[in-house]
Amino acid sequence: MTFHNAFLLTCLTSSFVLVPPLSLAAQEPARIEIEKEGDRSKLIPISLSGFSGEVQDVLRSDLWIQGFDIVAADIAQFNVTGSNAGVVEGRVLDRIRKTQILGNRYQGGSLRSQAHAFADDIVQKITGKPGVSRTKIAFIGENGGRREIFVSDYDGANAHAATQDNVDVVTPAWGPDARKLFYASRKSGYLDIYSHDLISGARIVIAKYPGSNFSPSVSPDGRRVAMIISKDGNPELYVCNADGTNPKRLTQTAADESSPCWSPDSETVCVVSRMGGAPALYKVAASGGPMARIRTAGVGSVTEPDWSPDGKWIAFTALTRPFQVCRVPSQGGTVEVLGGGEDPSWGPNSRTIIFTARSGNRRVLSLLDADTKRVKTPSQYSGSRSQPSWAK
Amino acid sequence: MNRINFLKLLLMSLMLASTAIACKKVPKSITPIPGVNPRSPGDPTTTRPTGTDPGKTLPQGTETTPTNLSDITGGTQLGPRIDKGNFWGDKETFKDNTVYFAFDSAQVRPEDKSKIDGVAQYLKANPTFKVEVEGHCDERGTEGYNLSLGERRAASVREYLISVGVGGDKVGTITYGESQPAVQGHDETAWAKNRRGEFLLLKPKTQ
Repeated sequence: MTFHNAFLLTCLTSSFVLVPPLSLAAQEPARIEIEKEGDRSKLIPISLSGFSGEVQDVLRSDLWIQGFDIVAADIAQFNVTGSNAGVVEGRVLDRIRKTQILGNRYQGGSLRSQAHAFADDIVQKITGKPGVSRTKIAFIGENGGRREIFVSDYDGANAHAATQDNVDVVTPAWGPDARKLFYASRKSGYLDIYSHDLISGARIVIAKYPGSNFSPSVSPDGRRVAMIISKDGNPELYVCNADGTNPKRLTQTAADESSPCWSPDSETVCVVSRMGGAPALYKVAASGGPMARIRTAGVGSVTEPDWSPDGKWIAFTALTRPFQVCRVPSQGGTVEVLGGGEDPSWGPNSRTIIFTARSGNRRVLSLLDADTKRVKTPSQYSGSRSQPSWAK
Repeated sequence: MNRINFLKLLLMSLMLASTAIACKKVPKSITPIPGVNPRSPGDPTTTRPTGTDPGKTLPQGTETTPTNLSDITGGTQLGPRIDKGNFWGDKETFKDNTVYFAFDSAQVRPEDKSKIDGVAQYLKANPTFKVEVEGHCDERGTEGYNLSLGERRAASVREYLISVGVGGDKVGTITYGESQPAVQGHDETAWAKNRRGEFLLLKPKTQ
């Protein structure tokens, strides 16, 4: 089944599900998964047995998008066996070395979160790198014309509304400890940038200058926020402290800047500017200085950059028709097209990417494994989801 | 009978023993699911509300607006924000003055300048009135990109108004990106109508 056919089927199926009009969070996903195969040569063959229902689904899904190929036990390099009767427990056997490399039993939380924990332990043990199964995303959820910020598991499950402004709320971005969200809301009648503590619910307005304030991006050290402010009569890049104090204008162009992001060392901002005509990526020191073009050979118009946490890559959207998610070495170079879609956000593993895909007027969030170009749309929700930001 | 019972017993003890062996294979390393320390990064409960019932919203708390944000100088400044609570908003008066833009462009088109001239004349004749220019985009940009492009379009219209003698403090700008298309559709006919700048006339409630 092609991606599009599967998609249509999903839309048809979900149209029969009656859902409350204004709450994305209350909707339980239909567990329909869309997978698009990429380069299989880099995949690790693994088998799963003894699990059932949601736990099996979660394990398959988590491992699949993190570079594993779920195969029969006799052709797998690793055999995962276990059970989910009451709690999740499982073992991992390395068939080549003929030794058990992992054995854990999990307690507390839901079976779903236990399955995520086991998946991350498998990823860590076999690849030596932390998994992303227990991380969070923020995104814009739209239903009935209202757009609010939602927070969910990385796979879209357990969505909770973070805002209830009843107006358009856009461009969410995480603070580094996954506790605070920054975003722009039209609550005042204008676009203002808010800092929102998710534990207490308290929020402060950090930018409410004349014109529009939007697209905040928090430095990885949590100390500063880059954003677009139009108070000078033109959308310009600013950086301020995380509480909104000490704003500093970093660009002086006649064109519009958009969608800033940070280098992992919190020293440099990457921003889109149309100063050269077509939109392109530029680097500018967070302390101020000249703008330096980042070469994206092979793609003319680019936007929505996101710097990988390991510093190696900048993912972005190519403004082709349709849009494509791409990456380029962070010092610039030749572009690698990763697949169709827009607005990529790196996972904390610098490998998995979440992005937006369009289907008519609807938008859905999909996961992409940059190394194999595999794509997974974990589950289908009614309404629209876009502008994902992955908590690091 | 005895023989059958004996076999049953044997079978049961074998099963128990194998279960015990199976259990022994699981090392004692028990990995607790994080859920106690609410601040650890990646903790699944970090962003969960106190009640973990999915479908509930996250806590809504106090809201603070700092009153003394540092002022920024430089550039062609916008005037202070217009307090829309003191004005009647009117989208009718200038509904035929909506200007349109070429694809991916924020340049005011020559053929649209007379429409903005009409707005300028009206504002000069009504010196207590203000206007807010709303910038809109078609769906062929991404959302973040279109927020800036929409604002840049509004800024271009504002610049033209200033160039024909309207005070900069009388003109505000706002961007809607691609979120409020004038026309639904996914073809050039729809897109051309969605790449636009609209005028919201603001009439003071007390004269």
